[in-house]
Amino acid sequence: MSNFEHVHHAHCESGVISSMLRHYGLNISEPMVFGLSNALNFAYIPFVKIGGMPLVAYRSIPKAIIKNIKKNLKIDMKLETFSSKKKGEDRLDELLDEGKIVGAQSSVYWLSYFPKEMRFHFNAHNLLVYDRDGDEYLISDPVFQDSVRCDKASLTKARFAKGALAPKGLLYYPVSIPQKIDLKPIIAKNIKKLSKTMLRKFVPIAGIKGMRYLAKAIKELEPKDKKYAKLFLGNIVRMQEEIGTGGAGFRFMYASFLQEASEMFDNDEVLKESSKMMLEVGDEWREFALMIAKSIKSKKEIDFRAISEKLIEISENETKVYQKMLTFKAKV
Amino acid sequence: MDINSVPQDDSTTYAKMKKAIYAHDEDGKLQTVASTGWDIEEIVTQQAVDDIEDSIKDAYEEVKSGEKSPLYYHMFAARMDLLVLAQSTGFFQWTIKKHFKPTVFAKLSDKKLLEYCDVLGVSLDEIKKLPQGTK
Repeated sequence: MSNFEHVHHAHCESGVISSMLRHYGLNISEPMVFGLSNALNFAYIPFVKIGGMPLVAYRSIPKAIIKNIKKNLKIDMKLETFSSKKKGEDRLDELLDEGKIVGAQSSVYWLSYFPKEMRFHFNAHNLLVYDRDGDEYLISDPVFQDSVRCDKASLTKARFAKGALAPKGLLYYPVSIPQKIDLKPIIAKNIKKLSKTMLRKFVPIAGIKGMRYLAKAIKELEPKDKKYAKLFLGNIVRMQEEIGTGGAGFRFMYASFLQEASEMFDNDEVLKESSKMMLEVGDEWREFALMIAKSIKSKKEIDFRAISEKLIEISENETKVYQKMLTFKAKV
Repeated sequence: MDINSVPQDDSTTYAKMKKAIYAHDEDGKLQTVASTGWDIEEIVTQQAVDDIEDSIKDAYEEVKSGEKSPLYYHMFAARMDLLVLAQSTGFFQWTIKKHFKPTVFAKLSDKKLLEYCDVLGVSLDEIKKLPQGTK
């Protein structure tokens, strides 16, 4: 598979799908994959804990990109999980020997090419295996600048890590890909869909409502243990920036999708403006992160109210982006 | 964010890695730029790493003083907590808690220990004691 080309992407799952489709002749950018799979989101789920801290997510649940791309672009994609490590190993080798490139879900912790600083127990990482060399796999990990290698034992351990979001050895690969797809109706439909999802009022933990819920939780940290409060705040930013490029990063990527979409619709002004607004919201998420990091470092009392208000402000500005997106009328 | 504002802070938590970030050029065109790190991100990552390191250190002392079994130390050393270890092994949390007791742990069969070894990534020899030469 010497003609495979590794590209450095911002996010693992959208990166794998983009590289995979491009390899098979369907030229589609990472932001386009991200936008067409409705991957942007926000959720604050206090009853799901990771490392003792509540789950904060800035995008849709893992595997949603794979599944939505499959559905929305009508791509015949096969997803396989395995009951034993041996079966999972053999199947991967078999697919590679057929000349396929294969997506795989894995834990980050056991991947030997990851630096120790980044190895946490996060089971929903995605990578692309494009060849093997003896007992080593040649891997295109989208979040790495260059392609990497991983020994068989480590990759197997990573693919079969147990616990929350356990990958169960998941492999995925396209069976057939249409060489030409009219993206415009799909773009129009999903821009509308995403806006509606984010503005939805009856799910308190997701979308804009989720942001406001988190803002409330931040305000309520005031009387709590200081160390806990700092870890809680740090966790919000860590989820934002560390695990899979984060809130700001995802908003920048979605802005890039809107820009590409605008170009496809003859420089549509509504989409162009939405893209700009989304970029600004991304910058605000970064200011929010800055505010929190400063308060963690500082010896002074933390101004929980100010942090909470900043998040409310972001939620209001992000609301405006989705309202703008809803005014988009596709000339298909 | 414009491409010139993409932070290039050489964060130690990136370990020489670079992350791709979407940013716009002078004409407003969005593209990826490789970032060597961001101080803000480093602060919160380091906070989490320090928290883990503290737990490992505390666990080491508790095992050394005989309060807890070596399993307790190895759990933290593998960056896990009780919940993750329970999910990874399939054991109940209360079962694992019992195994944190040195007297109970000493009686565990090799078969059971090997299940822990597998998810923690240590050998049968290693899991029975504290590592040499660490603090």
